[in-house]
Amino acid sequence: MTNSWTDIKNTDLVVVMGGNAAEAHPCGFKWVTEAKANRGARLIVVDPRFTRTASVADYYAPIRPGSDIAFLMGLINWMIQNDKVQWDYVKAFTNAAFIVKDEFGWSDGLFTGYDPEKRDYDKSSWDYVIGEDGFAQVDMTLEHPRCVWNLLREHVSRYTPELVEQVCGTPSDRFLKIAEMIGECSAPDKTMTSMYALGWTQHAKGSQNIRGMAMLQLILGNIGVRGGGMNALRGHSNIQGLTDIGLMSNLIPGYLNIPTEKEPDWQTYMSSRSFTPLRPGQTSYWQNYPKFMVSFMKAMWGDAAKAENDWAYHYLPKLDVPTYDILRMFELMDAGQVNIYFCQGFNPLLSFPNRAKLTSALSKLKLLVVMDPLATETAHFWENHGEHNDVDTASIQTEVLELPSSCFAEDDGALVNSGRWLQWHWSAATPPGQARHDTWIMAQIFLRVKKLYQDEGGVFPDPILNLTWDYADPDEPTPEELAKELNGRALEDVRDPADPAKVLTAKGKQLLNFSQYRDDGTTMGACWIYSGCWNEDGNNMARRDNADPDETGAYPNWTFSWPLNRRILYNRASADLQGQPWDPSRKLLEWDGEKWTGYDVPDIAPTAKPGDVGPFIMNQEGVSRLFSRGMMRDGPFPTHMEPFESPLANVFNPQMRGNPVARVFVGDAEQFATSEEFPIAATSYRLTEHFHYWTKHNRINAALQPEFFVEISEELAAEKGIRRGGWVRVWSKRGEVKAKALVTGRLKPMQCGDKLVHVIGIPLHWGFMGAARKGFGPNSLTPFVGDANVETPEFKAFLVNIEPATGEAVS
Amino acid sequence: MTTDPNLDSPRTAVSNPPVQPMQANLGPGDVVRASATPDLPPPTRELTPVAKLIDVSKCIGCKACQSACAEWNDTYPEIEQNVGLYENPHDLTPDMFTLMRFSEYENPQTGDFEWLIRKDGCMHCADPGCLKACPAPGAIVQYSNGIVDFIHENCIGCGYCVTGCPFNIPRISQKTHVSYKCTLCSDRVAVGQGPACAKACPTQAIVFGTKEDMLAHAEARVDDLKSRGYDNAGIYDPQGVGGTHVFYVLHHADQPSLYSDLPEEPRISPVVEGWKGVTKTLGLAAIGAAAIGSVLHGLMTRANKVSTEDETHAEQLVEGREPPVPPGREVL
Amino acid sequence: MAKRMFSEAGDHIESRRPVTVSRYRGITRLNHWVTAASLIALLLSGLALFHPSLYFLTGLFGGGQMTRWLHPFVGVLLFFSFLLLFLQMWRLNLPRPEDRTWVSHIGEVVRGEEEKLPELGKYNAGQKFVFWAMSVLIVVLIVSGVMIWQEYFPHLVSIAVRRWAVLVHAVAAVAIILTFILHVYAAIWTRGTIRAMTRGTVTGGWAWRHHRKWLREVAGREGGGPAE
Repeated sequence: MTNSWTDIKNTDLVVVMGGNAAEAHPCGFKWVTEAKANRGARLIVVDPRFTRTASVADYYAPIRPGSDIAFLMGLINWMIQNDKVQWDYVKAFTNAAFIVKDEFGWSDGLFTGYDPEKRDYDKSSWDYVIGEDGFAQVDMTLEHPRCVWNLLREHVSRYTPELVEQVCGTPSDRFLKIAEMIGECSAPDKTMTSMYALGWTQHAKGSQNIRGMAMLQLILGNIGVRGGGMNALRGHSNIQGLTDIGLMSNLIPGYLNIPTEKEPDWQTYMSSRSFTPLRPGQTSYWQNYPKFMVSFMKAMWGDAAKAENDWAYHYLPKLDVPTYDILRMFELMDAGQVNIYFCQGFNPLLSFPNRAKLTSALSKLKLLVVMDPLATETAHFWENHGEHNDVDTASIQTEVLELPSSCFAEDDGALVNSGRWLQWHWSAATPPGQARHDTWIMAQIFLRVKKLYQDEGGVFPDPILNLTWDYADPDEPTPEELAKELNGRALEDVRDPADPAKVLTAKGKQLLNFSQYRDDGTTMGACWIYSGCWNEDGNNMARRDNADPDETGAYPNWTFSWPLNRRILYNRASADLQGQPWDPSRKLLEWDGEKWTGYDVPDIAPTAKPGDVGPFIMNQEGVSRLFSRGMMRDGPFPTHMEPFESPLANVFNPQMRGNPVARVFVGDAEQFATSEEFPIAATSYRLTEHFHYWTKHNRINAALQPEFFVEISEELAAEKGIRRGGWVRVWSKRGEVKAKALVTGRLKPMQCGDKLVHVIGIPLHWGFMGAARKGFGPNSLTPFVGDANVETPEFKAFLVNIEPATGEAVS
Repeated sequence: MTTDPNLDSPRTAVSNPPVQPMQANLGPGDVVRASATPDLPPPTRELTPVAKLIDVSKCIGCKACQSACAEWNDTYPEIEQNVGLYENPHDLTPDMFTLMRFSEYENPQTGDFEWLIRKDGCMHCADPGCLKACPAPGAIVQYSNGIVDFIHENCIGCGYCVTGCPFNIPRISQKTHVSYKCTLCSDRVAVGQGPACAKACPTQAIVFGTKEDMLAHAEARVDDLKSRGYDNAGIYDPQGVGGTHVFYVLHHADQPSLYSDLPEEPRISPVVEGWKGVTKTLGLAAIGAAAIGSVLHGLMTRANKVSTEDETHAEQLVEGREPPVPPGREVL
Repeated sequence: MAKRMFSEAGDHIESRRPVTVSRYRGITRLNHWVTAASLIALLLSGLALFHPSLYFLTGLFGGGQMTRWLHPFVGVLLFFSFLLLFLQMWRLNLPRPEDRTWVSHIGEVVRGEEEKLPELGKYNAGQKFVFWAMSVLIVVLIVSGVMIWQEYFPHLVSIAVRRWAVLVHAVAAVAIILTFILHVYAAIWTRGTIRAMTRGTVTGGWAWRHHRKWLREVAGREGGGPAE
């Protein structure tokens, strides 16, 4: 989230698209009802199904799964055609005026530089024209034909309401009504918020879906303002924390990168991370990268990381592929190239695509270690549960160890919510039976591995032997100790660069925040963005002051919001070029002639003059990007791409399948179906009664939605002879499930051009463990392919077939 | 708004409740009506009437209320089958005092599809049909704050409350043979907390407070709905049962039956009124009269005795001698 | 074989001096008393649930829950018990022309003046009324009772029908209680009647006085009485 949950109450218009906030985030959704009840805000829902969110919406429109980019580009086109643009904002705070290289272009659904052999783009043309002064060239009049604005205008001009109707199946009157409602928010005193979740991310072009809406929000001037923003609703209470802390194979905490094998030494690694400003006077905050990186290395290896050895850079692994994401891990596993797999706190047998492949992959492991509070399907993948897990147990040789861990209510620590709030919580119970905290388990494993290295040596023992492990009880680091380490500490006196006599933080004390991080080895800190969470003021995450001066929704003294307790990112953009709020009634920051004042911690230096420094300080340009240069693998503008399994051919290029640069493993490509074989579009989601796969183990949740079902339209039911509450068989090219049929008017066939597309909905939750009835999950059906940029699996759009089935499922 | 421990009942379920232990303040002295108890002593004080407002236009059907209800009341609803509906359990049960009911509606005026979700449960009528029908003294009580509660140790499980209720709410357990329904969390309200469902409701579609405050809040909600084109938005606080202490804001207040058959004009059935009214009184009177009449007849008239003459005649008859036929008596 | 128009096969002259006439066999008497006991239990338990002032009667049955549990089972017992009685008695309870005369002299009946009444068979019109009233009401009560038998038939009928069922059950119960009072009182007031259901016999005088045709037929069957 750029904003916070509580800020949603400030909005005038909520657009829920690519998510189902009421269903999946009912507690956060209260802020939508607040906005509706107290501000008269309107709510728009665009979804293939008439969802629970739609049930309280002011306006609903259906959309075919996987066609969101066309809808969003259609909206941008409509805004430009109808002059619903917040011009001052667009000119000052976006890269609309930047001149793009002449070589850049788009045709037949593809941008320049596509190499079908490599399934990748040569992105060199996707960039600005850089002048002799080293800065990007701009034309503030927006008249230059190669400026971003004119390129964007041309790019989206194809997305007429008619094309939107043809591609998305959204009736054009519904589309136009929504465009009008959204267009009103181009006024400086009207804001719109976008609430999205896995409905946008779980596509092979998920990142581009989100880009599309972000661009629309920029054009409307809705980023950085109260009641605006791009608000990703995270699917777990701490999934934001997972991302922040870098629990991905290519990340280091705080969105730093694991080196690749093309970066064998520190100098090479840092040379591509200079982040020099592309416009004069801009902050380009990533210029501080070395400070964050060195402090991280000091946190990891202490005295063993020093200037002379490039901060122990050689300790870091070097990636030979872009990522070892879970899809790749299971691909390798299935190819017999993985021996041991540690599975901590997730249940991949149900939560990753193509379950048959997952079972096959797990069966090839030598050892599977599952750390989880619950008995998961993954840990029991080898058990035969009849049709619900029909495996040949005798043929599976994988040894499985289950290490019971504690639940969230059984330990202290911080959960990071979607709004970037680090909320400390206290354990309410002790873990039952043999369950132990994850930290204890990890410490035991580490200490034993370390002992093996000490006793027996090894090829490269240094990173293990030198790892900082200065916890009071080495057997179990406490959450407090870990939190302090994330915040960072002064290893020597930290002095004010402007006045070296002045000690800002004395040696051994907690750093105030990341502004005190140093790249000379005098500070340590494991996650720069979290710095400030536990400084000498104490545990700021444990703050519980619910005072909210002037009811702005900021709640500044409630817990800690990264970065720097900032509640709304890019908040400088809430004020115009003179530093006055776009909407005085929704003031966030204001330039008082000398400094920025207001309700939030400003992005830019508090004394940076309004006209000088752009709000988007993380970008080298100082402004936001309508044109994202080479930052994304699949294009600097979003372009319509069909799902890999789609009932329709791509309207721009019938030969193009899915996302042309998404990674597809050979065996999986063969398992993609065509609409001739599998004519029905399907999508998956979770239900509000459940929390992923966990609540199967809870009687009450199980009772509230007891049995696996699929949702189908009355029309499809009539066509296939399916009756309400009867059994159906649903199958894809990869597997099949048996479910109860929930026949509903909430799903309707969509007319896409001359094709009538039926959509069925497949909820997730059920498996073969726990209190709920045994059932299946959508992942028995879904294709093994992920987003081109971040490898989130394409769970939201695939093809199936359906027929009535008879007989009782084995339960 | 924080609950003042001196207030007779909480004013909201949303604010933080008192954390200090409180003396329960709903006691026998607050009972204004009790089933089958005609000679109930008058209450020792008058509590402020409370109400739970269910704003269906804010409800997202998440079932948090159901979950909180089962948790608080420690009930164990069955893990049933899916029968092609979102209602689970499929109906109110002795273990599920509240239920989200879902109905799909194609609005002919707007052409829009609507998914109308209503939280069903006891309405806590001012004139409770269950209480009227109940034969067990003190099994159903009404407190002066409006809460209608079942006192399970007095319940005999006869099911009369089922016939008395205009909303089809009470459910008799086949295990304990006692009737169950929403208590409006009388045990929470008694110690300054709001009902569990209202506490759990994420969108504040369920709010709790004094009836007066809730009505005012409801009026504001109706205005908001009217501004969104729901011209017939309104409050459902049916006067046929004297108003209710659980009431609704509906977008289509002119058609309550759209919401999973919410009764259009609920009232205690005249049949039940007749049964518990005139039948009860007249019946007992008739029985009494017959009994007394019999006794009086017995006292005031001579018993019908067999005379020795009769015996003689019988002997004559048995011996084959026809006794004289008395005058005026024919042999047929 | 003599005709049996006014008597049962088992009715016979028990002794001749004094005359006693066997009116009810042992099995019939047992049947009657089971029925009577059931009815009394039902009456007490039913009244307990009918009016708050009589709720204390549940104490006789072990409390409200027990009363609620017991009442319908006793109802079923009554139904079947009465069914047996019905099968034994229905024939002689069919209306006859003399019943009309008897009813037209009801004032004399109540005063105990039977001189002007017609000779009657085994049952007079009042007894027949009790018999048929009981028959009809028991059917009504069992049917309506099953409809409201919460424990076993909670979903047998809709709530709307159930409301009618409780009302009908209550009204029928009042009616059967009134009938019961009439029956008991008449048995007491008409002296010599009760022994018919205790000892099984009545005196010849009683039979002569109240059911002379019956006596004639029984006596005649035994060769004592004159042929008619």
